[in-house]
Amino acid sequence: MATIDADNRREIARLPTRPISLEDRYDPPANFLEIEILNPETHGFGNKRYTDYEIRMKTNLPVFRIKECSVRRRYSDFEWLRRELERDSKIVVPSLPSKAWKRQVPAFLRRDDGIFEDEFIEERRKGLEQFINKVAGHPLAQNERSLHVFLQDTTIDYDKYVPGKVRNS
Amino acid sequence: MDLLGLGSKVDIDFILDPLEQRKQVEVKLDDNNNKRSLQYIYYDGEDVGGSVQIKLKKNSKVEHQGIRLEFIGQIEMLNDRSTIHEFINLSKLLAFPGELTENTSIDFHFPSVEKPYESYIGINVKLRYFLRLTIIRRFTNTVAERDICVQQLSQYPEINNSIKMEVGIEDCLHIEFEYNKSKYHLKDVIVGKIYFLLVRIKIKHMEIAILKKESTGNGPNIYAETETIAKYEIMDGAPVRGESIPIRLFLGGYDLTPTMKDIQRKFSVRYFLNLVLVDEEERRYFKQQEIVLWRKQDKVKTKNSAKQYAHFEPPNPPIKPEDSAAGISGSGNSPVNGPSSSGNNSDSTSD
Repeated sequence: MATIDADNRREIARLPTRPISLEDRYDPPANFLEIEILNPETHGFGNKRYTDYEIRMKTNLPVFRIKECSVRRRYSDFEWLRRELERDSKIVVPSLPSKAWKRQVPAFLRRDDGIFEDEFIEERRKGLEQFINKVAGHPLAQNERSLHVFLQDTTIDYDKYVPGKVRNS
Repeated sequence: MDLLGLGSKVDIDFILDPLEQRKQVEVKLDDNNNKRSLQYIYYDGEDVGGSVQIKLKKNSKVEHQGIRLEFIGQIEMLNDRSTIHEFINLSKLLAFPGELTENTSIDFHFPSVEKPYESYIGINVKLRYFLRLTIIRRFTNTVAERDICVQQLSQYPEINNSIKMEVGIEDCLHIEFEYNKSKYHLKDVIVGKIYFLLVRIKIKHMEIAILKKESTGNGPNIYAETETIAKYEIMDGAPVRGESIPIRLFLGGYDLTPTMKDIQRKFSVRYFLNLVLVDEEERRYFKQQEIVLWRKQDKVKTKNSAKQYAHFEPPNPPIKPEDSAAGISGSGNSPVNGPSSSGNNSDSTSD
């Protein structure tokens, strides 16, 4: 089948382009951002238990001060982040995995371990991972201080925290 | 159109092109349904002439107070208060009051009729030209209408600069887009490219769409409705800084009209190219750019027009009957050429 020879039909030939440098073509891409949620651990005893998760982040985006970091966060920390973003940023913040009120019914009324069941923790881990990846990749969320405090501060100091914006360093 | 339901005693037909010299086009009668009809194409300044044939049914007689023929150009707004605005009304009295006793044919001729705008059937507005024959009767008139399609032809624009712009989100995504022209005719090709200057988001794919924006009304009451005429994926996958993505979009395959600006201060039809980048989380980043569309006169086919095909191979000489039978059965083994796999998938969708 005869193919269109663009040289003979200059009116539809491609526009001239700049050649791409070897560095640009083969260097790691400038959009590298990976966040994993791992190693859930339940701390404490009896009524005073809580579960937290490790959040491991690797990135080369200049907006994040630290390129590789790992912090531990619990569900209520995620709720805090979501509230901050809903109030301060213009984005539609995705929803978190559910609060699971039914599972928080006292232990003697439940047949299983409620919110400390392995299955439930795994489900929640997946949901939190989806949430944080969606949020951290959003260009507008990346400008919010709450996101950076959440991902990169060892602990969230709720007393000292002041909302604000982050610009590229 | 005998409104009292007394049964129409006449059949009316318009003969516009007895010598079969005029082109016809299939016109969608309504933007919503798919009813179509063939209409003759007229241009600005052309005469409108022909004859009206009135056939009587069942050997009846029709008394009338006159037979009038009008050539009308009007804009119909299809909103709640359907308003009709006539901008052309030429009228001729074809017959004085009298009686029709047999089938009658009456010639008519409107010389050098101005048709300043192109016919347009849109979402909320229609611009149409038509002939209306009225047989004036005592209780109710008999009315028949025949639409014609008017097309506005333009010349190649003297100035037709390319569109080149750098846009983006600070520190996240910078692109430079370029389209080879700003004014395209309806069978033209959009040739362009997207150059990536900064890519800090994870792009999944990029597409370009043709949007039609029809705005009706004026002043504080402008109502605009946008329709996606075509969507075309131009890139699949994640680009890096320094990459250029080509664009080649043939307009001939789509249902487009010329750009219409402020017609009788009643409506406008404008076209936009919408470049959309979609990232891994389905977030959409887009840039709309207006383009002007115009209608070019169709090429007149002459003996020398075969030269434009010179770069294709000459057709095979005609095959004899016994060879053609073998050719058909033998083609089962030859590979089938599917659509070219350059990764461009064309959808015509109206969202």
